[in-house]
This record gives sequence, C-alpha cells and structure tokens, in this order.
Amino acid sequence: MAILNVEHIRKSFGPTEVLKDISFSLEKGQVVSIIGSSGSGKTTLLRCINLLERPTSGKVMVNTDVIFDSEDPATQREQDLRKKRLHFGFVFQSFNLFPQYTAKGNVMLARQLLAKEQPDYKTRKKEILAEIEQQAEQLLVQIGLADRMDNYPHQLSGGQQQRVAIARALALQPDILCFDEPTSALDPELTGEVLKVMKELAEQKTTMIIVTHEMAFARDVANHVIFMDNGTICEQGTPDQVFNHPQQERTKQFLSRYTQG
Amino acid sequence: MQTIMEQMPIVLNSLNAGFLQTLKLFFVTLLGAIPLGLIIAFGSMSRFKPLSLLTKFIVWIIRGTPLMIQMLIIYYFPGLVFNNPIWGGGETGRFLAASVSFIINYACYFSEIYRGGIQGVPKGQEEAGLVLGMTRSQIFFKVTLLQMIKRIVPPMSNEIITLVKDTALARIISLQEVIWAGQAFMKGSQGISGAIWPMFFTAFYYLIFNGILTVLLGRLEKKLDYFR
Repeated sequence: MAILNVEHIRKSFGPTEVLKDISFSLEKGQVVSIIGSSGSGKTTLLRCINLLERPTSGKVMVNTDVIFDSEDPATQREQDLRKKRLHFGFVFQSFNLFPQYTAKGNVMLARQLLAKEQPDYKTRKKEILAEIEQQAEQLLVQIGLADRMDNYPHQLSGGQQQRVAIARALALQPDILCFDEPTSALDPELTGEVLKVMKELAEQKTTMIIVTHEMAFARDVANHVIFMDNGTICEQGTPDQVFNHPQQERTKQFLSRYTQG
Repeated sequence: MQTIMEQMPIVLNSLNAGFLQTLKLFFVTLLGAIPLGLIIAFGSMSRFKPLSLLTKFIVWIIRGTPLMIQMLIIYYFPGLVFNNPIWGGGETGRFLAASVSFIINYACYFSEIYRGGIQGVPKGQEEAGLVLGMTRSQIFFKVTLLQMIKRIVPPMSNEIITLVKDTALARIISLQEVIWAGQAFMKGSQGISGAIWPMFFTAFYYLIFNGILTVLLGRLEKKLDYFR
C-alpha cells in the first residue's frame, strides 16, 4: 500500500498550464527525487501535493485518506486544510526560519501551538512543554547543532539554518518530508552538511520527496527518480534506469548537461 | 511693566495646564489610532474588493485634505447642518471633537505604514507557518506581528513626533492646548498683556517632550535589534 498517491494532477496559473496530468505514488520509507530544469513544474508539483497550491484538478491521497479531490468538494474545505498539511513536513529553498525565535524556538513553536488544542493541556501543561523542549533539543543534537540551540537564525550560516528548518519540519513527525531545492541557496561547502543530514534521514527510512538539482545526491540516495519536463513526467524509474540508461531523448539531453558541466 | 522673571511663574503655570491638554490629546490619539489603523490596514488589504476600494477611498480623502479642515468639519458640521451639536459646548466638547479628528486622521496614516510593514514580511514566513499547521491568526500573532513591528518602528517614530506638534492644530477649534495658553498673554490674561514671549516659549515644551520620545523610541528600536 502506497503512503502517497498522486493522481492526474493538473495545475494552471491563468492560461498557463504548469502541471499536465501528473501521477505517481510513493511507498513508506522510500525516497523519491524529482529532477528537471527550472520551470518544469517540480516546485509547483510539490506545493500542490501539500496543498500550498490548490490543484486545478486531480486527487491526492495519503495512506487511505483522500486529502484532495477536485471531484469532491467535501475534501476541499479550508478549515480541514490545516490538519491535512500536517501529513507533510516542508523544507523551503529559502529556509524561512522565523527570525525572532532561536533555533530551538523555531523547532518548538508549532508543537507548542498544537499542544494547546489537546484536551489535557491545562492540567499537564508543564509536562507537555517540557516534553516538547526535550524533543527539540534531541532533534537539534541529531542534526549536529547542539551548541547552536539558543542562536537566532541570523547568527547561523545558511547550512545551519537549513538544518534547523529540517529539524523544525521533523518536530511534527510528518508522514512525508518534502524538500524544495533545499540546497539551491547554499554554496557548495554548506550544501554538503545539509545533504549529509538528509542522507542520514534516508538511512532511517524517512519517507521523502526531494526536488533537487544535486544529481549525484539524487542518484545515491533516492529509490525512485522522476524527471519532469514542461509540466509532465518525462521519465521515471530507479536511479540506475534514469541516470545510466535514460530512454527519452529529453532526459539524455538534460543529463548530459550535468555530466559535461 | 513687569520683567520676564516676574511674569515667569504665572506664565509657566498657565503653559503647564495647556501642555497637559496637549499631552492628553497626544495620548488619546495614539491609543485610538494605533488599533484603528490596523483595522483600516486590513480593510485596504482585504480580498473583498468593495471593502478594499471603500477603505482606500476614505484613506485618500483623509490623507488628501488638511487635518485642520477635517477638525473644523467634525466640530461644527453636526451643529450647523443638522442642528445637533453632538459634541456639547465647552472644553470637553472641543476635546472630544479634536480627539475624534486626530484619531481618524492618524489612523489613516498609520494604516499605510502597517500595510507596508505587513507586506514587507516575506511571503515565505506565512507559508512556513501554514506548512507547520498554524492557523491564520497564530501566524499573524506569533510570526508576522513582531517582524512587522520591527519594520514599522522607524516610520512610526516619525509620525509620532509629528503628532506631538500637530496637536497645536486643535487651536483652530479653541482647544486650550499649550499654544492657546501662550497666546492668551498677547491678548491679555492674568494681568499680563502684549507679551509674545510665552508663545515662543511653548517651543521648549515640544522640544523637550520630543526629546524624551526620541530616546524612548530609539530604545524600542534597539530592543528589537536581536533579530533580523
């Protein structure tokens, strides 16, 4: 049973159709990499899956839960969106840490707010908050920022900020972790430390969708690679199939630019 | 003919009373205009077109006409046109009318500053909140608001300092603020007449009060320096 099913997603911005009938599925514990040139629709696809954008048509299912179906208005209610998004963690290209909170504060904030909705929040407040803090510290240790917990984002390097953003997404224990070009805003040296964290997550069988331009990383870490071109899935398969034996002319063309460069 | 030194205690007494009225108008305006400005800002940013157009129209009128005229209209219009002087007579009525005029006027200016502040917060901040399962109001109060405040402190400081001096406009409906009090000694009051220096002297009140405000607002700006 697939953890994620994306069926016939289309998305238009005005007259421009950015996604043209995209379908794929993802098994629990797998890593899928989405590659392709800029403007091919990779980021829009990711944003449609976690409902930051509303697909023009199509269906998204997590486990057996239909989180969006363009045919069924009951799945599109604004007030349910919030809870549905919690299936996904999302890591942005530009980090988007909250500047007024420390690294630890960034990791804790969402859980602290969600905790207020628990029925036993009033009676167990101290315990709950202590547990949230402990989890945040544990996550920051895990990503190698034990000594940076109380720093504000502007005091951290880009790579450190992105690692905090990953910890922040992990704190809510999402089913699927989405990365939108997580290293595109970083220089090569800092890229390595972020990729290392992501690699460790893959080894721990975290289900992930990674939009990336890091071809070597996609080849080494992903179980499945999707090559997108002009709003469609041009080719998909195992990394070996896509990188070493591409069938489509467009895929060969795209990859040759990377191997030459 | 008394010397200035002899006139001083009488004049200061009078100016102090006037400046108290100035301060009252200043604080009441801030108290009213700071929240009202936020409501107007949300109105003009509303996705409901008629509301945003109406709000922008009102802001255009208020910012496009002199505060002095607005105050005259608000103070005299109900009595002259509807024969219903809602403000009542006397200093209380004048103070009420002046306060309402100032609050509306300043709220419109503040609203534009807020709008700039809110729109200046990167869209990614809101999206980061959304993907973390926050509600719209949690995103506003826990994420956007403080970043917006940080952005608007410098332009707000400017407006606040201007407001201190603008309170003098209430003189037009004879509110007994500090310049009114100073001017009284020209016409003649408490045995002093033809003295122009008390009016000049009122400048010190504004200067000192603005000095204090500048220091306080500077401190606030510093306080928010811990993040970027």
